[in-house]
Amino acid sequence: MPTTEKLKKVALQVRRDIVRMVHAVNSGHPGGSLGCTDYLVALYFEVMKHNPEFNMDAIGEDVFFLSNGHISPVFYSVLARSGYFPVKELSTFRKLNSRLQGHPTTHEGLPGVRMASGSLGQGLSVALGAAQTKKLNGDKSLVFTLHGDGELQEGQIWEAAMYAAHNKVDNIISTIDVNGQQIDGSTDQVLSLGSLRAKFEAFGWEVIDMDGNNMDEVIKTLNYAKTQTGKGKPVVILMKTEMGFGVDFMMGSHKWHGVAPNDEQLAQALAQLEEPVGYNYCGDY
Amino acid sequence: MKKYTFTEKKDTRSGFGAGLAELGKTNPNVVALCADLIGSLKMDAFKKEFPERFFQVGIAEANMIGLAAGMTIGGKIPFTGTFANFSTGRVYDQIRQSVAYSDKNVKICASHAGLTLGEDGATHQILEDIGLMKMLPGMTVINPCDFNQTKAATIAIADHHGPVYLRFGRPTVPNFTPADQTFEIGKALMLNEGTDVTIFATGHLVWPAIEAGEALAEMGINAEIINIHTIKPLDDEAILASVAKTGCVVSCEEHNRLGGLGDSIAQLLIKNKPVPMEYVAVNDSFGESGTPDQLMTKYGLDKNHIIEAAKKAISRK
Repeated sequence: MPTTEKLKKVALQVRRDIVRMVHAVNSGHPGGSLGCTDYLVALYFEVMKHNPEFNMDAIGEDVFFLSNGHISPVFYSVLARSGYFPVKELSTFRKLNSRLQGHPTTHEGLPGVRMASGSLGQGLSVALGAAQTKKLNGDKSLVFTLHGDGELQEGQIWEAAMYAAHNKVDNIISTIDVNGQQIDGSTDQVLSLGSLRAKFEAFGWEVIDMDGNNMDEVIKTLNYAKTQTGKGKPVVILMKTEMGFGVDFMMGSHKWHGVAPNDEQLAQALAQLEEPVGYNYCGDY
Repeated sequence: MKKYTFTEKKDTRSGFGAGLAELGKTNPNVVALCADLIGSLKMDAFKKEFPERFFQVGIAEANMIGLAAGMTIGGKIPFTGTFANFSTGRVYDQIRQSVAYSDKNVKICASHAGLTLGEDGATHQILEDIGLMKMLPGMTVINPCDFNQTKAATIAIADHHGPVYLRFGRPTVPNFTPADQTFEIGKALMLNEGTDVTIFATGHLVWPAIEAGEALAEMGINAEIINIHTIKPLDDEAILASVAKTGCVVSCEEHNRLGGLGDSIAQLLIKNKPVPMEYVAVNDSFGESGTPDQLMTKYGLDKNHIIEAAKKAISRK
């Protein structure tokens, strides 16, 4: 099966996991999770060189930092389905004594997580630190990050963006989930971001655009971004996505940022996300 | 009674700088970050000798804490340097999430703590930092008393795995502890044994506590003086052993009386051995501009206030 077709099946399964996980505890963040599914599946199943035999120090392997920690459902599903921990553990999401906390943490020892996130705006700084340690260690592997567009309203992001260019941290590929939505409404209504391309270019970054809900384009763009590393500039991908992608009634609205589907809505969502039976990574937990 | 002497006064921040420079030579994993205060933090020597392991981050403390947390991934031991106010209050959430909750091996090194930075005034005189840091699960909080002890503490924390808050300051103070001391995290240091009252002091208040002990001896009061350089974890055993002997306590710190060393000791005593206790600390207020000596007197942190507090604690037995 061609890579893209495989990854599309995995993405379908991950989207099923997301809606089932948030439904099971009647809490969590399905909207951004569904929007970023294609990106995370491409990253973990194709683009990154990584080892599910988890080691915090990540010597010689690519690392990923989720800065917008509220989209933990997609992160957990992708980690489980790429072998970091048992898929059945997804059923413990947000429950007492679980390693799958509401927002990701290292504190419970979940393999695949290297920093806690949830309080927004901190992940870029942490990732830059990890990237600089890679350089000190002579480690040629890369650092990837994901941020929400609303998260860019946090000032620390721009401290970090300025630092990255000044110090020529060129072993990092950051991605911004540009879905135009945040809790209280659209980003244009709440606090306009203006031109993110112009902003990042002014801060000294190499800027790449991408349709984040087209698996072909995601794979191609991420592979292209890798060719842009090592050139003296940090790299950022402005990833256009649709919040809630894959479930029609969740798409395009901030209302599904942090709301779980009820029983009927879950059935509707799963009907739109046909279970990809018979493929290695697939089958509901 | 043991008599303490010193040949010179030195600043504790220079002890940090000296310790960091030595670590540069002995531990290749130590890296240092500074937010535009290299001279004030005495990080010049490390920067000069190990430029590839030194990171100037500019006036961006939140980013500095995040960078430090990330640098631990891959085995580095980052030491961040800025003023205590910008090391704690300004970046509390970054320390909480990216360092403490993420279990990162970061050493947060903070100068100009307390009133003794002097003329800059209350914007820079943080008196809440010990409280902020000790409330974070897993955080070690250290406030050494002189140049030699700060140098030894700086070297010691590199070998301790886990987040540490190391607090020191700007003024020159008597350098009386041994240059060759081994710093043991969490170990209270007996300075003078006594039977009438225990004076527990930390940081810049240790020397005035020694002086107060001498003055009290002349009045016929036999004070036990203990240096609590590590506020968390607290040396419960040493504190309780001393209190069992003396039956009353004075705590001394350059910090708000709320949330500092005194409160940690009080909590221990309430559970184990309630005794009369007096605080020598700032009485829940901000500081102001002035010379360090003027401020320490005005805000009740000098030798005379320690003497009065000791007499009061004894009178309440």
